[in-house]
Amino acid sequence: MSQILILARKELKSYFDSPVAYVVITLFLLIAGWQFTTSLFLANTADLRQLFGIIRFILLFFIPAVSMRLLSEEKRVGTIELLLTMPLKEWQLVMGKFLAAYALIAITLILTGIHYITIASVGNPDFGATMGGYLGLILMVGVYLAIGIFTSSLTQNQIIAFILAFVIIFVFYILDKVVFFMPHFIANLLELLSTDYHFGNLARGVIDSRDIIYYLSMMFFFLFLTSQVLESRKWK
Amino acid sequence: MISVKNLTKYYGSSLAVNNISFEVDKGSVVGFLGPNGAGKSTTVRIITCYLAATTGVVTVDGHDVLTEALQVRRKIGYLPENTPLYLELNVVDYLRFMFDMRKHPGQQNGHQIKEVMGICGLDEVKHKNIGELSKGYRQRVGLAQAMVHNPDILILDEPTVGLDPNQIIEIRNLIKELGKLKTIIICSHILPEVEATCNKVLIIHEGQIVADGTPSDLRTSFEGKGKIFIEIKNNIPDFLEKVIRVAGIDRLLQNSPVTENLSRISLETVKGVDPREDIFRLCTQTDSVLLEMKREETSLEDVFRQLTRKEG
Repeated sequence: MSQILILARKELKSYFDSPVAYVVITLFLLIAGWQFTTSLFLANTADLRQLFGIIRFILLFFIPAVSMRLLSEEKRVGTIELLLTMPLKEWQLVMGKFLAAYALIAITLILTGIHYITIASVGNPDFGATMGGYLGLILMVGVYLAIGIFTSSLTQNQIIAFILAFVIIFVFYILDKVVFFMPHFIANLLELLSTDYHFGNLARGVIDSRDIIYYLSMMFFFLFLTSQVLESRKWK
Repeated sequence: MISVKNLTKYYGSSLAVNNISFEVDKGSVVGFLGPNGAGKSTTVRIITCYLAATTGVVTVDGHDVLTEALQVRRKIGYLPENTPLYLELNVVDYLRFMFDMRKHPGQQNGHQIKEVMGICGLDEVKHKNIGELSKGYRQRVGLAQAMVHNPDILILDEPTVGLDPNQIIEIRNLIKELGKLKTIIICSHILPEVEATCNKVLIIHEGQIVADGTPSDLRTSFEGKGKIFIEIKNNIPDFLEKVIRVAGIDRLLQNSPVTENLSRISLETVKGVDPREDIFRLCTQTDSVLLEMKREETSLEDVFRQLTRKEG
């Protein structure tokens, strides 16, 4: 088994050995489920649009909470020195941590699939749009986690990592909602940078490579920055 | 095995390590000795590829630490300063994790983990979380993780900090045992530790190597600067001045008057001279009562203190 997976497994295990995983999963499902059921009868349509809207909103808080300790805690305790003197490269370390957090959120998202089953039993939801929506969520989560792990690499303090991650994620989330204040050509550009804008396409069931490339390159960018931050320790 | 050439490290504008060079031969146990902040940990962190040197070349078994970091790291077992550990893991899981992360391609986890736990005396706590362990056990876990993948080189940064005297002796014996098979670097500011375990000592002070050799070499090369301690009862106010002027006395180290006419005096002597007879004569001349006179050999501690005294 490669070192990335060994590290990811250990990190995932430590999520489940501590209350973190259970708190995250339970709270996430409770909030999502509550909002879903209240809006379901108001909207009175058999689709998951409402649910995806809620999930995208609560991810803004949950992702920083999941990612905040990934590197900051290692820095605070000093175990980062153990990790960075192991025979693995900085990017491998970052990937291991990233995958562990990704797995935790993926498990949580899969559990929200129960709502699809509910709707499918009473109505006829669009399967393609639902799958597109989940694909969009998964990609979006990746970007948010990459941002979260990046801010976690900047500080020893989990709270600072949380707040920084929240701010950056929120900016990318809100971009397409504030663009009508902007001149037209800037608005178009900002819209393209927004995480939520690209989600819209996928959630309609339109799998466009431009959206996927956007999410993947955002992930790559922040993960790359993180490993650069880790490497910069050498030269301080 | 380890070769350091003209290593210099700046943190920002402050100089931590100043142009040091040394070699560590295969199979030797080397002690880095120095006061806190002397640059020991910095040097070690450069060898383990945690930090990069500002200038200078460091190679481990022929591999450069900058360009072939992974090969270097695979050869090294490292116990960082303050023994960082994952407190939420239990001992076995932790050691298995460290083994899996550091193992050579194809290296099997046969009895390695079990053996290391046996050597470090961890059998009775192996299913406990590290967070629940006492400082002594944590230190042993730190040692165990450093050697779990059977590296050729062990680098231990202050391995006995926070242990009780019995544990310290245990760990020292363990290091001595391991020294028969492996190359070991120990950082310490505790002299007896280095003296007991190492066959070569590097004394580092303010980022420079100020002495280098076996413990007995160091002692002999600084010998002669002996110490004489006297306890004396007299009524002569200028006895102190007279005793300093005795031939062979270099300087006064300490003068602590106990009562008005009883004092304890420590003196340093010039190399190779024994002025005890003259001191005795001085006492008889001045009608002072010599209660005690003792000559002390130079210890490694004195060498260390001489070399690392802050100037100015």
